[in-house]
Amino acid sequence: MRLSTTSRKILIRALAVVFWLGVWQIASMIIGQEILLVSPVRAAKTLIDLMGTGAFWQSVFSSFGRILLGFALAATLGAVLAALAGLSRAVRVLLEPLMHTVKATPVASFVILALIFIRSTNLSVFISFLMVLPIMYTNVLAGIDAADRELLEMARVFRIGPLRTARSVYLSAIYPHFLSACTLALGMCWKAGVAAEVIGFPRHSIGGALYLAKLNFDTPDIFAWTLAVILLSVGFERLILALTRLLGRALGGE
Amino acid sequence: MPVSIRGLSKSFDGKQVLENMSFELPDRGVVAIEGRSGAGKTTLLNILMGLLPPDGGTIDGLAGRRFTAVFQEDRLLENWSALKNIRLVCPRAVTDAEIAAHLAETGLAGEEKTPVRALSGGMKRRVALVRAVIAPGDILVLDEPFRGLDEATRSAVIRYVLKRAGNRLILLVTHDRAEAGAMNALMTISIGGEGA
Repeated sequence: MRLSTTSRKILIRALAVVFWLGVWQIASMIIGQEILLVSPVRAAKTLIDLMGTGAFWQSVFSSFGRILLGFALAATLGAVLAALAGLSRAVRVLLEPLMHTVKATPVASFVILALIFIRSTNLSVFISFLMVLPIMYTNVLAGIDAADRELLEMARVFRIGPLRTARSVYLSAIYPHFLSACTLALGMCWKAGVAAEVIGFPRHSIGGALYLAKLNFDTPDIFAWTLAVILLSVGFERLILALTRLLGRALGGE
Repeated sequence: MPVSIRGLSKSFDGKQVLENMSFELPDRGVVAIEGRSGAGKTTLLNILMGLLPPDGGTIDGLAGRRFTAVFQEDRLLENWSALKNIRLVCPRAVTDAEIAAHLAETGLAGEEKTPVRALSGGMKRRVALVRAVIAPGDILVLDEPFRGLDEATRSAVIRYVLKRAGNRLILLVTHDRAEAGAMNALMTISIGGEGA
């Protein structure tokens, strides 16, 4: 039986995942202590058990909502600030040190400082916002800078209005940069958002559940929640990228 | 009101490209611009279209007049269809059927919905030409517009331009004097000391 190229690619990827699950299983069997390393089967079983409880879904939806809000705010503001920086050299110079500082500052520093001013419930919104903002700003600005000069000259000669120019010339230039920014930022905002929850310990949150599991030396729970974060992060990334592609097609006319 | 150019000059990195050029352009009709490669023909067009500032000289009679252009490059949105590329520069009153009729006159019937990236070089050139002709304007700039077109297509496209834009001032950059003749050029401006 011959496999198509796509099927072969999927099969190879699945085999790679199975290989690492095997390594994990063997390592947990060699160590033989669940408190140090649980097996993938046990982690999956614990996750399935957790999924049967209302508290799990409450935590998932609360964390998801906060991280999504932080991401959406950062994506919007990052794009607006990049557009302003594209229009004005002064804005670009003004924002450069701010974005560099936000990018270079460790998440833990922000979390500790932010806890002084922000309620722990809103901490993950703020932290995921901070992680995503410089990535969005930098990438969207790179897209604006990469806009085709010759097409811009064409738009000027034909007197195409600024909105139509933005849609026709800038959007197609920004789009690939925005997609790569989304890919980069989505995983990061989940990691940083959950880390903020672990430190801030808000009620009904994945980070809070992780912290409780750690306090109780409940390693299967830690692995199960981590597995949940990975699955949510991948699902969230797929969803946002699919929406971005749809939006790109609708606005860009591809 | 004719366009009057006096003492126009432009240099790049100390190299003089246009030097003290003076001439007048009629209100309508075809003006051929000739000269060897790199003589400054495109520079002259860019200055007239307001894309480059001159180093010296004056240009009168352009106020309120709109340009449309076929640039040396096609300058089309590759992922957009021919129709969408043209619609981008059209007033709302222009219908899709009208655009399709223009495309058909240049031999592009049925290609309205084709993404530009899927068109051949000669087809893209014709889309760029239709865009420049259909867009509202007073002065049509054609920078080597028939490049890459075979003889029969070139004749059809010349007929199309003269029929649809013959009442405008057309600035035609060409290396081919026969092309200027076929376009019924009223006068020729030589740049760089060559041409007639």
